[in-house]
Amino acid sequence: MGRKLLDGNQAAALAVKLARAQVVCAYPITPQTSLVESIAGMWAQGDFSGEYVSVESEYSALAYLIGAAYAGARTFTATSSQGLAYMHELLHWAAGARLPIVMVNANRALGAPWSLEPDHLDSLAQRDTGWIQFYCAAVQEIMDTLLFSFRLAEETRLPCMVIYDGFVLSHTVEVVEPPLQKQADAFLPAPPAKAALQTEQPQNLQAVTSFQYLARVFQERHLDMLQVPRVAKKLTREYAAILGRSYPLVEACGLKEAATVVVAAGSAAQTIKSVLPALNSPEGPTGLLRLRLFRPLPAEEIVSLLARPHIQRVVVVDRDLSAGLGGIFAQELRALLQGSPFEGKICELNLAGGVDLTPQLLRRGLKAAAAGGGEQGRIIWGVDL
Amino acid sequence: MLQTLLGDFPRREYMLNGHNACAGCGPALAVRYLVKVSRQEAVIVIPASCWSIIAGVEPFRSLETVVLHCPFPAAASVGAGIKKGLEAVGDTRTQVIVLAGDGATFDIGMQGLSGVAERNEDLLYVCYDNEAYMNTGTQRSSASPYGSLSTTTPAPRAKSSPKKEIMKIMAAHRIPYAATASVAYPADLMAKMQRAMQVKGFRFLHIFTPCMQGWGSPVEFTVRLARLAVLTRIFPLYEVADGARYRISSFPEEHIPIEEYLQGQKRFAGLDESQKALLQKEVDRNWAALCRQADHSPFISDD
Repeated sequence: MGRKLLDGNQAAALAVKLARAQVVCAYPITPQTSLVESIAGMWAQGDFSGEYVSVESEYSALAYLIGAAYAGARTFTATSSQGLAYMHELLHWAAGARLPIVMVNANRALGAPWSLEPDHLDSLAQRDTGWIQFYCAAVQEIMDTLLFSFRLAEETRLPCMVIYDGFVLSHTVEVVEPPLQKQADAFLPAPPAKAALQTEQPQNLQAVTSFQYLARVFQERHLDMLQVPRVAKKLTREYAAILGRSYPLVEACGLKEAATVVVAAGSAAQTIKSVLPALNSPEGPTGLLRLRLFRPLPAEEIVSLLARPHIQRVVVVDRDLSAGLGGIFAQELRALLQGSPFEGKICELNLAGGVDLTPQLLRRGLKAAAAGGGEQGRIIWGVDL
Repeated sequence: MLQTLLGDFPRREYMLNGHNACAGCGPALAVRYLVKVSRQEAVIVIPASCWSIIAGVEPFRSLETVVLHCPFPAAASVGAGIKKGLEAVGDTRTQVIVLAGDGATFDIGMQGLSGVAERNEDLLYVCYDNEAYMNTGTQRSSASPYGSLSTTTPAPRAKSSPKKEIMKIMAAHRIPYAATASVAYPADLMAKMQRAMQVKGFRFLHIFTPCMQGWGSPVEFTVRLARLAVLTRIFPLYEVADGARYRISSFPEEHIPIEEYLQGQKRFAGLDESQKALLQKEVDRNWAALCRQADHSPFISDD
């Protein structure tokens, strides 16, 4: 196919086409709109093998896919912000019914007030719904992660959310190398052409149940979720063998000598990575830990990557806020690293509201962290720097 | 085969004994007739409603087909998605039936219902209407009639607004087929179900299914009250093709006053004579309008 100039939404649309999704159902919302417009355009021109259905709400979009996935079809939707919040009830239902639905969420702040800023609370608020969550940092990665997610979802029978910053990635053009259809097919086989529901075999699916059965459903889902890193690593090797590209679940840069490690997700991590060599904090060199897979949290990887005696401080960049508690990534890291040498030393640089992480802001944040400004659970506010 | 005036229906039951419905359950009766027509040719989607329970609590089931439960407002969209998904994997034969109560249809599911109707999705939507949230113990819905009592419209503040006119809303979507039916007229109900199964696109059946627990009547009154609702013209039986052409299925010969229907039900205990007169006036007006519509643009079907 050769190299192409695509923005995040166009890359995602192309990945959906390459994945041979059979039913796509969506409702437009900024900044996701151009993604569904791209799919609608391909569908109208006969360039998309699946069905595209434009419905009257995000709620109905996910309800529609729950139906289509029950029937055995490969399904996709995309949304953002209020749209994702509107789907909330059905996110739980899709995960509980173990339907391998794949969706994109382009991060955008939840109102009130209205905003188009790339705050992460929309997807982080769905943390406990039972969906796998990937946070992407570049357009090529969006395309690869989305194609990858269809296979991961189908192998684990868990729905998967591919997340990227609205506008920063959804509307930024980068040079990408789209997979060839035969490469995509080699990684992701065509879905079986057989209905998953056979009326001659009566069933009463998702009927009212008691705690004895429900407890097993929840337990099983948790245990299967814990298997996701293992399955994802296996599939990453397969993907690399076919397409020559791979992404770690947790990306580490410059950790060998780092005194300070910045933990971040999404496009902010890409900014940090690009300025890392010039980013010595007063305490010494700075490294980066990028959380690409967030649910399940790759605990083993994070703990082992940080287990280096020269790492003195962890600074977590959060572009979200759980009011009354703090940034969600920071809270997860604090819980994970309790009892480690980092206990009490995890700082939070909070960019809630979509504060843009410029290299200057990052330097000021690291300086404040070195001065102890983020210790004992205090927040270093990006908006104050 | 069970010989009726309108068709032949199997003696075999596709709804099993020992289900969880209350004594005298109208919705259970309706579905028993419906599945005699749909047999094993359709997947049935059920949102939160009395039928969430009647269909069986895990690991039991009362229907001889695939039943899928879904969240309260989601049934129409889930149903349409199943049909699209089945087609995508090569099954163009299996139909999809949504089986929803009045709460899921008139209230919380209205947006999705309007969506599938506007897109003319290939789906048969059945609303079994017992005129309140009966599964949770009788709270008012927008299908509850004027003057009725419920736990959320308790005495002396009975419901002050009239029942939402769902058939007019569905007709306004110009769907290929819509019909009302009643558990007191099983042959008519099954004939309409059969017709609905043969139509492609969105189809809507509005079935009157009394709830003796919620209405405050003896359990043996289900069919009697359903019949009186038709005879008093409170719930006329008719069909609408393409949202425009009407056919009345049953013309009550004599004019029975609504009092006969109201008196057997505790939910109407708070109605005084002037309110009853108001209700009677509205029933007469609606019936006259329906007759005019049927005369003006008759529905002549192929069968």
